[in-house]
Amino acid sequence: MCHCDGLPVLETYILIIISTVFVNNIVMAKILGLCPFMGVSKKLEAAIGMGLATAFVLTLASGASYLVNEYLLGPELFYLRTLSFIVVIAGIVQFTEMFIHKSSPVLYQVLGIYLPLITTNCAVLGIPLLNAQEQHDFVESLFFGAGGALGFTMVLILFAGIRERMETCDVPSPFKGTSIAMITAGLMSLAFMGFSGLVK
Amino acid sequence: MLAAILVMSGIAVAIGLALGWSAIRFKVEGNPLAEKIDAILPQTQCGQCGFLGCRPYAEAIAKGEADINLCPPGGEEGVKKLADLLGVEPKPLDETHGAPKPKSVAFIDEQTCIGCTLCIQACPVDAISGAAKQMHTIIAAECTGCELCLPPCPVDCITMVPIAEDLPHWKWKHPVVMLKQVSGDWNA
Repeated sequence: MCHCDGLPVLETYILIIISTVFVNNIVMAKILGLCPFMGVSKKLEAAIGMGLATAFVLTLASGASYLVNEYLLGPELFYLRTLSFIVVIAGIVQFTEMFIHKSSPVLYQVLGIYLPLITTNCAVLGIPLLNAQEQHDFVESLFFGAGGALGFTMVLILFAGIRERMETCDVPSPFKGTSIAMITAGLMSLAFMGFSGLVK
Repeated sequence: MLAAILVMSGIAVAIGLALGWSAIRFKVEGNPLAEKIDAILPQTQCGQCGFLGCRPYAEAIAKGEADINLCPPGGEEGVKKLADLLGVEPKPLDETHGAPKPKSVAFIDEQTCIGCTLCIQACPVDAISGAAKQMHTIIAAECTGCELCLPPCPVDCITMVPIAEDLPHWKWKHPVVMLKQVSGDWNA
């Protein structure tokens, strides 16, 4: 994704952020992480909590999986990527849960069940795998993870806002509930296609 | 192949150690015993034990500051369960804190109620609905029968109605099995 060689370092990172948040949004363009996107978007507060928790884990996970991929697996053991990344992510989620429980009981209460659920979020596995595929370096991986998380959080909050408003709409009965949510997600995805071509 | 096994076990061991360390390092000071005791207490929040509610009483028992036989709504059965949990001898209920009564809910005589809201303020579980100068009523499903609304009522319009044993409230009785005298040779 990052064919921006020759650009100053800072611009590279800004481009990564813009690219992951808008152009190659993990949910809208790559269609990853749909389960929390559909599942935790009924209420705005829950969406914000889920987004923040995912952002935290995703950034940590992309850094950690870069280290695992670079220094433990290398080119010979590339076939262990998925397996080892899952193990690393599960460990990070556990660690995050313990850390938040200790450091901020209020945040722990707010995030509640969403914290362990992050383990099963395919976006969290997808971004480290994409990192490995695109051969990002460590800082680029971190920015890619943070950008992806930011994009996920933004889309989740937007979608939750739309769904909350849709509660009061007069939706024809065959489309009520999940079906109209699916249609809305499709329309949002179409809207995000407008960004394509902005950054390669 | 060997390298793959080594790497995966290495990752697993490293993460296991890190999680084990952080489980000790970030241990949250909770009191699981108080949780268990609180689960046994009847949650009437009546305060007859002398504590503000069931949770403070549970914490006091867990710390060893209170005796286990101060809860009349829990009755002898509750004392027995607490004794089982804590591994102490069950004691008879301390009668100074009140006697166990049949489970009942409060009932407001709506003809007499003047809408003073005093009982609403006394109710620990928000089981009374009403507003100033409006007739009040008890939400029977929420009422724990703690009787805290009786004293504040200026017109004595609240009575305790025992819960009738109808279908929704029927419970299995404790089994009473007649033991037969066994005689004869055990080895036969």
